Amino acid sequence: MADKNIIHVSDLTKTFNGFTAVNHISFSVAAGEIFAFLGPNGAGKSTTINMLTTLLRPTSGSISLNGYDPVTSPHRVRQSFGIVFQDPSLDEDLTAWENMDYHGILYGISRNIRGKRSEELLKIVELWERRKEQVKKFSGGMKRRLEIARGLLHHPKILFLDEPTLGLDPQTRSLIWNYIKGLNQSEGTTIFLTTHYMEEAERVAHRIAIIDHGKIIVHGTPDELKAQTGTSSLEAAFIALTGRDIRDEEPNNLEQMRMRRKIFRRHQR
Amino acid sequence: MKVIYILWLRQLKRYFRSKARIIGSLGQPLLFFVALGFGFGPIYTRAGGGDYIQFLAPGIITMSILFTATFSGIEVLWDRRFGFLKETLVAPVSRLQIMLGRTLGGATVAVVQGLIVFILSVIVGFRPTTVSMIPLALLYMALIAITFTALGTAIASFIEDMQGFQIIINFLIMPLFFLSGALFPLENLPKAVVVLSMINPLAYGVDGLRGTLISMVHFGLATDFVVLGCIAVFVLLGGAYLFSRIEV
Repeated sequence: MADKNIIHVSDLTKTFNGFTAVNHISFSVAAGEIFAFLGPNGAGKSTTINMLTTLLRPTSGSISLNGYDPVTSPHRVRQSFGIVFQDPSLDEDLTAWENMDYHGILYGISRNIRGKRSEELLKIVELWERRKEQVKKFSGGMKRRLEIARGLLHHPKILFLDEPTLGLDPQTRSLIWNYIKGLNQSEGTTIFLTTHYMEEAERVAHRIAIIDHGKIIVHGTPDELKAQTGTSSLEAAFIALTGRDIRDEEPNNLEQMRMRRKIFRRHQR
Repeated sequence: MKVIYILWLRQLKRYFRSKARIIGSLGQPLLFFVALGFGFGPIYTRAGGGDYIQFLAPGIITMSILFTATFSGIEVLWDRRFGFLKETLVAPVSRLQIMLGRTLGGATVAVVQGLIVFILSVIVGFRPTTVSMIPLALLYMALIAITFTALGTAIASFIEDMQGFQIIINFLIMPLFFLSGALFPLENLPKAVVVLSMINPLAYGVDGLRGTLISMVHFGLATDFVVLGCIAVFVLLGGAYLFSRIEV
């Protein structure tokens, strides 16, 4: 069992100033599977990912990722995974190519492989022609594509994809999922993904867990979830399980920040 | 090593790509030269101090390094806001390397800034008396830059809000600067001010720079080097510890 499950989470909890974002959750992800972690906004998905990826310390409970504990051996854990974040995480003053190269060096990829893969990936996301431009000149969709290309640059054992295809057109989404599935098949990469596109999750995921209000309410294969709720699509099953209430968007202050940054710079001079 | 290099290179690229930042940051030193250098110059000369620009220039160079260095910590906050910090923090490299790369990058930028102000000071009339000592002056500039970049980065590791950071930095560097002997000699001052200057790391930096550029020392060059060097190491270690505890 220990070898089969590459991620093992038990009784994991995170509270922020009395607010429980993640509430005693337990689940496992088998090596080599595509695991979809779904839930409405604010359900605790990103908090869980942050704990798995060493960015947050759990309040209680335990995590084992590739056999290592993110709290006691963060370095080992970091060597085991790659991640595409939900929020932008590019350096906008650098060019697309520099962002790729920087990432490759941080992950210790040799120059040859770095160059070859960067080229391949930038071509897949159709940014090869614009690789020498600063990222701040890119549109939102282009940045997202670059971010995904960068996340796929080193081939980790586990790949976290936090809403990777948000805001992308169907063509690019299809290309990216094909690449990810290919990576999963050829290298046995375990994929841990979140998405709001239920049809994508239904198409690619082997197993699904649905989290709501910080608790995992159900997990199983897409077919099991549909059978359990008596619905014909994952989307219907999702709504049946989590209800129809609309959740508050998680705050995205980026635009506001840009404004403040400009004001600040003016102020500084 | 390569990781430290790429982080260092990133800081430099960002600096040289922002022409506005380079030119804008020369405004303050220039203002100090004009307002203080030319304003107090005649009084300083009448009091028997000699040429005030000669005395002031090392202080202004130190000031520009101090400001550039400590404020470079704010880049950690920008990286946090723009998500880039996460990209670095989940990479399989030690936080110590990240801290060192950032600090050396920020410190290099601060030294470059100091050199630009040095050229500016020569334009307004500053003449280093011992040209052969200029390489040694660079060493003191580097020590000041490393100490205060590390300090800025350390503070940025636990303060998440931008305004708060600026207020704390201003609160910290203003007294450091004004009580460092950058603007006036430390001789014949009230006892309290002398004691304050002795516990002020920047005072040793100013003294080292003035000692190497115009052969005028208060503490002595060796003392300056040892004190500043120890503080630099101490702040670097403290900063690395605080940086290693960052959560996103």
